[in-house]
Amino acid sequence: MTIPRSHVLISVDANSIIAGVKSVESALIEELRKRNLDKEISVIETGTLGIIGKGVVMVVYPEGVFYGNVKVEDIPELVEEHFIKGRPLKRLIIEATPPTFISREEVGLTKKQTRIVLKNSGVINPESIEEYIAVGGFSALAKALTEMSPEDVILEVKNSGLRGRGGAGFPTGLKWEFTRKSKGDEKYILCNADEGEPGTFKDRLILEGDPYRIVEGMALAGYAIGAKVGYIYIRGEYKLSIERMQKAIETARNYGLLGENILGTNFSFDIYIRKGAGAYICGEETALIESLEGKRGIPRIKPPYPVAKGLWEKPTSVNNVETLANIPDIILNGSQWFRQFGTEKCPGTKVYTILGNIINAGLIEVEMGTTLREIIFQYGGGIQDGKKFKCALVGGAAGAFLGEEMLDVKMDFDNLREYAAVLGSGAILVMNESACIVDMMKSILHFFKHESCGRCTPCRVGTKKLVDIIEKFAHLEGSEEELEEMEKISLVMRDTSFCPLGQSVYLPVSSALKYFKDEFISHSKEKYCVAGRCKEKKVLVEKI
Amino acid sequence: MTPQSLIVILYKKYSIFVKGGTMKTREEIVKDFPQSQDYILEILHALQDNNPYNYLTPEDISVCAQYLNLPYSYVEGVASFYSMFSLKPRGKFIIRLCDSPPCHLVGSESLLEYLKKKLGVEIGETTKDKLFTLEVTSCLGVCAVAPAIMINDEVYGNLNPEKLDKILEEKRGEL
Ligand SMILES: Cc1cc2nc3c(=O)[nH]c(=O)nc-3n(C[C@H](O)[C@H](O)[C@H](O)COP(=O)(O)O)c2cc1C
Ligand code: SF4
Ligand code: FES
Repeated sequence: MTIPRSHVLISVDANSIIAGVKSVESALIEELRKRNLDKEISVIETGTLGIIGKGVVMVVYPEGVFYGNVKVEDIPELVEEHFIKGRPLKRLIIEATPPTFISREEVGLTKKQTRIVLKNSGVINPESIEEYIAVGGFSALAKALTEMSPEDVILEVKNSGLRGRGGAGFPTGLKWEFTRKSKGDEKYILCNADEGEPGTFKDRLILEGDPYRIVEGMALAGYAIGAKVGYIYIRGEYKLSIERMQKAIETARNYGLLGENILGTNFSFDIYIRKGAGAYICGEETALIESLEGKRGIPRIKPPYPVAKGLWEKPTSVNNVETLANIPDIILNGSQWFRQFGTEKCPGTKVYTILGNIINAGLIEVEMGTTLREIIFQYGGGIQDGKKFKCALVGGAAGAFLGEEMLDVKMDFDNLREYAAVLGSGAILVMNESACIVDMMKSILHFFKHESCGRCTPCRVGTKKLVDIIEKFAHLEGSEEELEEMEKISLVMRDTSFCPLGQSVYLPVSSALKYFKDEFISHSKEKYCVAGRCKEKKVLVEKI
Repeated sequence: MTPQSLIVILYKKYSIFVKGGTMKTREEIVKDFPQSQDYILEILHALQDNNPYNYLTPEDISVCAQYLNLPYSYVEGVASFYSMFSLKPRGKFIIRLCDSPPCHLVGSESLLEYLKKKLGVEIGETTKDKLFTLEVTSCLGVCAVAPAIMINDEVYGNLNPEKLDKILEEKRGEL
């Protein structure tokens, strides 16, 4: 066997597929073959390389040269220059290293390496179980099954201080302990991959970039709580995630890492995929369970909590994708290792998606406690077009607007809560000075109206009323009384809605009014909108 | 008669679906799945995917209901809850335009207006030639390439009117 002198890693994710990665990849393979380089240079598909908005992206190792916006037409020249003449093709090089790849050393923040969840994304071929095993994959499962009791696993996760990354931040070890101790012959682990919070796509990139990590994380969870079966509920739109996960599960079964008597132990465990069908509320854990049982996805009354009565009334632990992605490393390296990252009460890292008027939009994994300023200005490269920062919507549509004075708050579950904000799913939507808050609020409130499941009156009626009011301001009408009404309605919704969807509308509404009340008023009084988007009469097309 | 219309007739009359030379009846489609209620969404997805008009017909609902031993109204109720399913005929291509905050910030609304005008339809409507249905959706999870749309299974991002024109032309060409 010859060892290739170079590796070309091509990022195959939903974004690059849009840009035509498949035809670029086959053109590259064909060109290498034509020039008899196919033995020397190996082309590997990988998950996201963390570079967004640059079309087809690839990186050539060992040089570590990144190419972006690669088209089929570029391939002959690229092969000629880089692999035959041995000099990188300048024209296609992208200078900016992707945010995911910036280690904290490089930006001078601390000396710690911070990739846990995304460690393998863009590094290994996500479809190869061998590569996952070669970088230490399934060693944690082997360690747990041979050296640790389920209680040991739970204790390790409890000691690690890991908290759920699905938004609520509930301690994972505790959830597992409750599930383990609940009475019942059958138990389930349910991985929540319904990711629907606007601005969030971290779980998709984890599933696309490192699916075996989720297989291993779920198996460890199953062992800990005493489940033989796990389900992963993936939103219906995530075609590539579903395919990669399906393949990972089948391969793991063939390797005896799922199925009966895993690694010759008494532990038997298998995973099944279920596809969602487009409903944000199904991300809520009890609605998710209803949906998985084949019903309309409407939240259940809590208590009983899923840990006592979940899927088919059996004890169930529902965990987010990112949460489970942390588990293998915690088990392998121990809770003390994990605790060196992040803050005292929220150890570990957090994956954020940074979007909007920002230079390097994308996905980053940084330690808990990193400030918004570092994320936006160091990792994200600052605000586009030299404009000023106005605010960021943190946590998705169910999150809060954070203004300038919040830039230095160390972000974790507890610190943000102190400022009436949430970490949520980790979506950070950055707005510059020319963004209009009324216009953004309109999009947020339409989202809630559309996604309200209609079970309870405050949310069903409240979201409609809020949309009516915001539409007035978006047409440069409305009054101060109506602004008060808006806050009042969302407050009633917070206090009386049946589930967190309705309750959380208060966050964006109250934070927008806290920072930008004047802007609402100038819409109605002065008929002025900074973005020029809100207009008195509906204008059909802005720019064609 | 175009193959397209023959396919539709075969489908409607005999519930035979012609796809790449294979013929599958509704009954055969559902048999690929275990007879258990938790597969209902998977079965509905499969039935809808096999309908040239991208929707669930009363026969689809009824075959699913019988197979899972559930009342017709129950299955219909489930199908109507989820935004990816439709109980009304739709076009061959379903354009789902995302208007959640990240896409909205970078101009999804003007794209929506552009599409409405270009296709001559309102939200939820289908063009006269039964090719395109225009829908607005919540975040598709591809915000990195905002503003984004999905057409059937494919995602398109970083859109502007010119790109949209090109995509629509491409889709017309696929027929
Ligand atoms: C409206 C709503 C939507 C939610 N969507 C998601 C989601 O897409 N993914 C997720 O993991 N959790 C979501 N959650 C949180 C879940 O209810 C649950 O707390 C979480 O999956 C638990 O996993 P964790 O402990 O690992 O965070 C949502 C909650 C609500 C109220
Ligand atoms: S708060 Fe909204 S989403 Fe939650 S149960 Fe009530 S209507 Fe449904
Ligand atoms: S906001 Fe449009 S895809 Fe996420």
